[in-house]
Amino acid sequence: MIGKETTVGRVVKFTFLGVWLLFTVFPLYWITVTSLKAPGDIFQFPLAYWPERFSLENYSGLFGTADFGTYLTNSLIVSTVAGATATAISMLSAYVLARFEFRTKSALLMAALVTQMIPSFIALGPLYLLMTDLKLVDNRLGLILVYIAVCIPFCTVMLRGFFENIPDALEEAAMIDGLSRFGALFRVLLPVMRPGIVAAFIFNFVNCWNELFLSVTLMNSDSNKTVPTALNGFISSFNIDWGSMSAAAVLTILPTMLLFAFASRHIVQGLTSGAVKG
Amino acid sequence: MSVTSTTATKTKTPGSGETSHKRGLPRGGRRREFTTRRGLQIAAFMAPAAVFVAVFTYYPMIAGGQMAFRNWKLTDLTDTSWVGLKNFRDVFADPAWGTVLGNSAIWVFGSIVPQLVIGFALALWLRRRFRFRGLYQALIFFPWAISGFLIGILFRWLFNSEFGVVNDLLQKAGLIDEPVAWLADPKTAMVAVLIANIWYGVTFFAIMILAALQSIPDELYEAAALDGASKARTLFQITIPYIRTTLALTVLLRVIWIFNFPDLIFGMTGGGPNNETHIVTTWMIKITQQGDYGRASALGLLVVAALLVFAVFFLMATREKKGARR
Repeated sequence: MIGKETTVGRVVKFTFLGVWLLFTVFPLYWITVTSLKAPGDIFQFPLAYWPERFSLENYSGLFGTADFGTYLTNSLIVSTVAGATATAISMLSAYVLARFEFRTKSALLMAALVTQMIPSFIALGPLYLLMTDLKLVDNRLGLILVYIAVCIPFCTVMLRGFFENIPDALEEAAMIDGLSRFGALFRVLLPVMRPGIVAAFIFNFVNCWNELFLSVTLMNSDSNKTVPTALNGFISSFNIDWGSMSAAAVLTILPTMLLFAFASRHIVQGLTSGAVKG
Repeated sequence: MSVTSTTATKTKTPGSGETSHKRGLPRGGRRREFTTRRGLQIAAFMAPAAVFVAVFTYYPMIAGGQMAFRNWKLTDLTDTSWVGLKNFRDVFADPAWGTVLGNSAIWVFGSIVPQLVIGFALALWLRRRFRFRGLYQALIFFPWAISGFLIGILFRWLFNSEFGVVNDLLQKAGLIDEPVAWLADPKTAMVAVLIANIWYGVTFFAIMILAALQSIPDELYEAAALDGASKARTLFQITIPYIRTTLALTVLLRVIWIFNFPDLIFGMTGGGPNNETHIVTTWMIKITQQGDYGRASALGLLVVAALLVFAVFFLMATREKKGARR
């Protein structure tokens, strides 16, 4: 294997791993504890590392005084629809890029790469004007369309990696048995790729869920805001209300964390398969 | 990130599937000869993706690019005349430009180097199975699920000068006597955003490097052990050379990505205090918010130019990879 481990080596290793774990988990622990303190206790000395009394007041305030339920619903709708549509569209483009050889292929891959390199802010002004012309400003459908376009390039590359891991022989056999190319794709390849597709969808969903700048630009009215836009409103005010802020942060992080935990193995595979393949 | 897979294009032996083609079966495979039917299939499959990206990404990007050469201010839309390189001159003439540029360099290198070192160490130590390794990986994976903006907010609270837990811990440990106003002083604010970004980015390096490490054949280590090579020697003469390409690619991708990553600073300091923690992309946000789209576009084009240089490095590294494996 990789050589023998000495006792000293093991101590060093597990100390390092332990310290890193603590460092990684602590900020999340802290924001959660903060959110569960009664609003007044947050600013109480000495700082309590474990709340003396738990309170859900910060959370109830979010849904009472602030309209956090609406923001969560908006984010959920936009991220689900955009994430799923982008996955479906990317599946087609990824399939072609994995299975066909053609002249413009490297140009297309380059075009996908370029979208990742250009700061999105350069496009914000014109995008706003375009959406105004299409009457899609401050409209969830408008944001969905834009998010689909944002997700496609990376999702395509990720899915292409999954397609390439599946031997050609599988669909060749299906086509010899009389299935069309579409038929082979949907009936034979997709079932095999299901974990990869789920991972790609989750990746898209989380990206849309977390997106801030496009949403801030395109959604003005309170009833259309997504969660990050609302959070941005919270920190723009002079005095940040850390009670509501921490509760809002926990509610924002929780769904994406659960999704990532669920699919982490496949996401990792999707990310690494391209880079380290022999 | 997407770039990685361009390296993975597999070259297949020509002639595989030759027989099925002769029988007239609709097998496109990876053959190069062009048929109308095949061309139509490719076009049909690519069309939805191409349309979306063209309309909502490329069109605004190109339209934004040409704004860099115009007087394009939201405050006065009556005059959007062409002004040549004036916006670029304005960018360079801005007294804050030096700070912004310096911060960007600190931001990129101050993040990348610790991320790489810690990520490498984690990967090396995660290579061997141990109990709960899967759980451990899942736990250190989670910063990834959080947006950069929210991480900024999280650490803004941790580094709060009055009620921040960082000050409290440091005081308890006896390292400081008085609470430090981390985010009010440009120097400490820069340190704080770097710590937040290191927290965020180590996972990516750990994941990529771990995957690369697992591709190293065991025989190499067995041979090294037989030859009595020391651990350090094995690391520097087998492990690192073997995964050199992955290391280089990961670093370059992260440089591009971190350079283009204003979210964390935006959420944590908003560029403050006194515009002292702005990097190029947060500066661009500020100028956009002031309504000067022309100048913001000029900044964007400068970013693109800088990143293209990195892309060239990347492509060179890719070519080296293909050569090395033959």
